[in-house]
Amino acid sequence: MTSSSPTASLHEAGPALIASNGDSLREAFGKALSAMADEFPKLVVLDADIAGGTGVHHFRKSHPERFVQFGIAEQNMMAAAGGMAAVGLVPVVTTFAVFCLRAIEQARLSLCYARRNAKIVASHPGLDVGPDGGSAQALEDLAAFRAIPGMTVISPADATEMALATRAILEFDGPVYMRTGRSPAPRLFGDDHRFEIGKGQVLRDGTDLTIIACGAEVARALAAHDLLAADGISARIVNMPTIKPIDSALVARCSRETGAIVTAEDHNIHGGLGGAVAEALAATHPCPVEFVGVKDMFGASGEPEELAHHYEIAAPHIAEAAKRVMKRK
Amino acid sequence: MNLPLRSQPANDAGQNTDTASGTEPKLAQAARFIRMHSIAAIYHAGSGHPGGAMSSAELFACLYGAEMNVRPGGIDDPSRDRFVLSKGHGAPALYATGAHFGFCDARAALALRKLGSPFQGHPHVLDLPWVETSTGSLGQGISVAVGMALGLRIQKNPARVYCLLGDGEMQEGEVWEAAMSAAHHELSRLTAVVDYNKLQSDASNDSIMRLEPLADKWRAFGWNVQEIDGHDVTAILDAFHNTGLNAELSKVPSLIIAHTIKGKGVPYMENIPAWHGSVKFTRAQAEEALTALGADAGQIAEFLDDL
Repeated sequence: MTSSSPTASLHEAGPALIASNGDSLREAFGKALSAMADEFPKLVVLDADIAGGTGVHHFRKSHPERFVQFGIAEQNMMAAAGGMAAVGLVPVVTTFAVFCLRAIEQARLSLCYARRNAKIVASHPGLDVGPDGGSAQALEDLAAFRAIPGMTVISPADATEMALATRAILEFDGPVYMRTGRSPAPRLFGDDHRFEIGKGQVLRDGTDLTIIACGAEVARALAAHDLLAADGISARIVNMPTIKPIDSALVARCSRETGAIVTAEDHNIHGGLGGAVAEALAATHPCPVEFVGVKDMFGASGEPEELAHHYEIAAPHIAEAAKRVMKRK
Repeated sequence: MNLPLRSQPANDAGQNTDTASGTEPKLAQAARFIRMHSIAAIYHAGSGHPGGAMSSAELFACLYGAEMNVRPGGIDDPSRDRFVLSKGHGAPALYATGAHFGFCDARAALALRKLGSPFQGHPHVLDLPWVETSTGSLGQGISVAVGMALGLRIQKNPARVYCLLGDGEMQEGEVWEAAMSAAHHELSRLTAVVDYNKLQSDASNDSIMRLEPLADKWRAFGWNVQEIDGHDVTAILDAFHNTGLNAELSKVPSLIIAHTIKGKGVPYMENIPAWHGSVKFTRAQAEEALTALGADAGQIAEFLDDL
């Protein structure tokens, strides 16, 4: 041992915190919120001691007077947002998606039933959470929040769309639940990308079937498109960032024009995007559907891409679902 | 004495005149009307929670009749004080209070819990804007009140926020989250009142889940705590006066523990948990209650005959 202890220098430097990554949707959200704050003077941001994880550390730094700390007490934070909205502010509640589920009854009564102009923005959704494991991976949030009357539910696909959606929910008058994402996400869209609540977009045209995806699954659906093209299958790829209200007209058009649909989401196969699409189809133009998602199970620790393969929501699994659904046409 | 169902004199201004002479008898009379109207509404509804309406009548009368800066013509006034009924099942007393002070029509408010009526079993702000927020799930109202107080302060609005809690409600963990946050954020313009009638749905607080030492708990959470007789109008007004001083002079939120009697004013109901709710009155029971509260035959008919 030398006289200078290696641990001493480690302590001086502090631990290497694993904060939000620059390419993640949560960082894009936090930066967008901070950049837009001056345009939305009624905007206030609520945090439950995870600003470093949700991306709103940017807002805390830029607008400390409009950043409100609630400590590790999500139920109180969620209902208090209702009170802040009641006196004219536009509160944005930020926490991890699983902790939004903890406070869903507060969201139901004090935000939606009272029809408050409040926003819930949830980071760490789905298997995208990665190593924190099954307890932290919300695979039920889209279904649960979609079931609350009056709640708009959004899951953007990349950082560009995240920034556009952040603006859109602040301009929208009403309660919103929006997912961000923990892990680095590829850029899918350029500066000309558009986002409108309630509208999906055709990213790749195709004739044999349609793959409708949201969030982290949009990039995987695009990869599946190329896998299918190599097998001579023409897949239409639809980005569906608004789960509620679902773009029924686009879903019905895809059903009419391609005759088969695959949905793909980083969520339980029950009640999320797949459920919303199936409901829209049942009411308009039914066709065979295959659901890509986590098959009514909890997640586990692992890296997001490992988990995507383990739980069969990666690009090859979307491509396999496409082939299955085509056989049912 | 005459307590006509319609045309109660609306106190159309924020009174805030403290204990000016003549105020206490008017408030006691308001409390009597609140009890009678609540009984009648619950009778017509065939269900509802009478015990807590009886225990909280003086608290409501003093809040709306003296303490708060609210008036029927100013329910959109940003400077108005806010009230949140965290114990949302106390709705009949809130509606009766609104009827007495001119926020709603007294006869219409007898249509409690009826399809198409805005007077739902628990308050709903979209139906009745003057109830300020929707409650009914215990524990949430105090959090909403915390949010209101924070939001008002952020906007430099000096309005005050009042919240009525039930005792059993304090078994919800969210109440203590809210208590901690109000103290941490130094919300001195927030006053919570506990209707401490010692009984909850099934039995006594003590037998279901002990609350004591209640005052010590709130003090430990950083609140200014007063304990009063919740049926003594003068004591209630004095306590509110003290919270007003506290709001100006300190940085801590105020709690008033109002010791009350569940079913107060109706002998067969007092201190009997079965009258917590949701109960169905017979006509005879409703008449007996109104008689005990001082109603004459004409008033009984006016309150209880078909709507």
